[in-house]
Amino acid sequence: MKYIDEFRNRALAENLAASIKAEARRGGGREYRFMEFCGGHTHAIFRFGVPDLLPTNVHMIHGPGCPVCVLPMSRLDMAIQLAQSPEVTLCSYGDMLRVPGSRRLSLMKAKAAGADVRMVTSPHEAVVFARDNPHRQTVFFAIGFETTAPPTAAAIKQAQEWRLNNFSVFCNHVLTPPALVWLLESGDGKGNGTPPLDGFVGPAHVSAIIGTGPYAVAAEKYRKPVVIAGFEPLDVMQAVLMLLRQVNCGRAEVENEYTRAVTPVGNVKAQRLMREVFEPREIFEWRGLGLIAESALRLRAAFAAFDAEKRFSLSPIKAVENPACQCPAILRGAKRPSDCKLFGKACTPESPIGSCMVSSEGACAAWYIYGRRRKSA
Amino acid sequence: MVHLWQTEKKRMKLRGDLPLDLKTGRIDMTHGSGGRAMAQLIERIFARAFDNPALAENNDQARLDFPVGKLAFSTDSFVVSPLFFPGGDIGSLAVHGTVNDVAMSGAKPLWLSAGFIIEEGFPLSDLARITDSMAAAAVKCGVAIVTGDTKVVERGKADGLYINTAGIGAVPDGVDLSAGNVKPGDAILLSGPIGEHGMAVMSRRENLSFDSEILSDSAPLHGLVETMLAAGAGIHALRDPTRGGLAAALNEIAQAANVGMRIDEREVPVSPAVQSACEILGLDPLYVANEGRLIAFCKADDSGKLCDAMRRHEQGRKAAVIGRVVEDRHNFVEMHTILGGRRIVDWPAGEPLPRIC
Amino acid sequence: MCLAIPARITKLLENGRALADVGGVRREISLALIDGAAEGDYVIVHVGYALSRLDPQEAEKTLRMFSEMNEAGARETGGRK
Repeated sequence: MKYIDEFRNRALAENLAASIKAEARRGGGREYRFMEFCGGHTHAIFRFGVPDLLPTNVHMIHGPGCPVCVLPMSRLDMAIQLAQSPEVTLCSYGDMLRVPGSRRLSLMKAKAAGADVRMVTSPHEAVVFARDNPHRQTVFFAIGFETTAPPTAAAIKQAQEWRLNNFSVFCNHVLTPPALVWLLESGDGKGNGTPPLDGFVGPAHVSAIIGTGPYAVAAEKYRKPVVIAGFEPLDVMQAVLMLLRQVNCGRAEVENEYTRAVTPVGNVKAQRLMREVFEPREIFEWRGLGLIAESALRLRAAFAAFDAEKRFSLSPIKAVENPACQCPAILRGAKRPSDCKLFGKACTPESPIGSCMVSSEGACAAWYIYGRRRKSA
Repeated sequence: MVHLWQTEKKRMKLRGDLPLDLKTGRIDMTHGSGGRAMAQLIERIFARAFDNPALAENNDQARLDFPVGKLAFSTDSFVVSPLFFPGGDIGSLAVHGTVNDVAMSGAKPLWLSAGFIIEEGFPLSDLARITDSMAAAAVKCGVAIVTGDTKVVERGKADGLYINTAGIGAVPDGVDLSAGNVKPGDAILLSGPIGEHGMAVMSRRENLSFDSEILSDSAPLHGLVETMLAAGAGIHALRDPTRGGLAAALNEIAQAANVGMRIDEREVPVSPAVQSACEILGLDPLYVANEGRLIAFCKADDSGKLCDAMRRHEQGRKAAVIGRVVEDRHNFVEMHTILGGRRIVDWPAGEPLPRIC
Repeated sequence: MCLAIPARITKLLENGRALADVGGVRREISLALIDGAAEGDYVIVHVGYALSRLDPQEAEKTLRMFSEMNEAGARETGGRK
């Protein structure tokens, strides 16, 4: 596969590993802690075994950039409730189907009990389904960061163009910069349990949309370097090298490793479309991080007809979480999966309790599926 | 065997039975009720396609002359959707699947049973097409479908059609293939590229809309097994990785034999199309179903000889040594990635679902 | 998050859609989020939408960067190889 295979080359990886080792030695024996914000990077790191190529004094801390993991259980409960309405077909990405809501009910289990839940791989499929099934209320369960929000916006515009009156979106899109600022605010011993971080590996495709500008606050106000990296393992390793160099030189800048897809201004057309269809919610609850202002999106009044929360008069549900589940602390990077009492025992990929175990990029799932041997070795 | 069917046809004409409308006819509840409609269905579709002396005796059971020695016996049910996919259909799959399960013991597959659970409203033309496909597969495998059963269930059940096949084979003297024989130091061999069946089926699923040349690898493996046994290599066990992919099969054997495994990602054959389709949908080929591949565990010294023998056979052209068995009280299957790092290949947790994150 | 994959546009269709190819696997995608895409261009595709064009020159530059070694790195592998 072009532009993929070349970025997984072993010889180049060994090269980079050597450079990283050398650079990490120049810190006089110190430890380095970098957070990869994005769940896709967590997945790549574990899938390719990148930790084996990093020196022992360089630690990757897994960030909360996993939209499945940070979705509050109450929002999932609302989606399940929608799916259980007889006239509704709920269209959802595969990622959400097995996440347990309250009382361990999931969309998959609701489907088994008779709810009309359809898996889609694009919001376009949901709009087409609505067009082809005028007698069903089609609701699209929208999740994701700024990468996934523009496609949802485009789908809503398409539904508008086709004059559909049976299509709506249950919008749970969240924003990256506010979460990043939250992490920066709560780190360095400010009491929220986030360990001090030396820098960030910035998300690849969120940045393709929003550009590099929004990360400047991390560098300028909080003096933390940010390197935006592509999703392939060589991209991640190169970003780690660039972060090490910045730290060792006392620099704190935003650098872009993923120049083949990310430009400084980002995708202006997509940004415009997002602004046209969405507006920020005053406040939104993130699982593990709590309430963050202006950190999520909802549909503007002009598109109220496509807003599932308005169409179905949805009211928030009080979720029933398992008190022993450590997903919140793990999402903040304050605890490791192995610190959770439920990890590997009551909570496994087959019978997950928290979202970190279900999502393929959740820290717990990644640790359990790929990395268990490190603990037991 | 055609003469048996022609005799039957004459008998039916004398009784005044009407021919089945195979073009536009559909299964209804009377076809399952044990009466004349069911008898007609069995005669016109199943008996005609599977035509053999044991079946033609028309009893509730097949009476068979059995060779002396150990017999291998296996059963499997087939619920694949869609029923027709690139490279096969539920019928040929049902034959190959059970033939292969029997063949993994080293046995020569001899006879199959076939049980059908059919949904009310199922088109007879599809049923005929599927049974013809089963018959053709059985002939190619050298097995006879000697007994069977038919049930009809109400509309909304059975997803169209479910098939169960059970198979019997004769294990040659001196052949002892079993997971329990696998030992640390054994080489692990794989007969060909993984993930073809699962991705072929997925490419036909309504919502996934991708276009590719991926064909299911559904095929009988007993010929390959025979070739392998003749190679004079110390083979300890065979397994055909189906649902859950290579990952499931390796973990099953690791647990059964109480060993660990170390495999090299660079040695595991995956076709470019399967690789691409998996990348697009966010799937891992190690967890995608196969229907025409086997893994073999043999004495380390014999791995080269065995691999060469496999490559000389049609079903083993891309055979490769993918790793080795080790001592490991955790029974981990660990993989050296293409990058040079290591990761665990864990048990699958449910059906692989396409993801966007 | 955001599984996205480089794909080559093989055919422009009407209504802002296109056929794209990844290693021989073909899918229909939307070009609603980008402008000026042409047949033969590589784009990054996420949930069936092209998010941005992939710049082949920048890709080459990045690959070259991976093989650069700073001096210390050269000393590091010199002993091992």
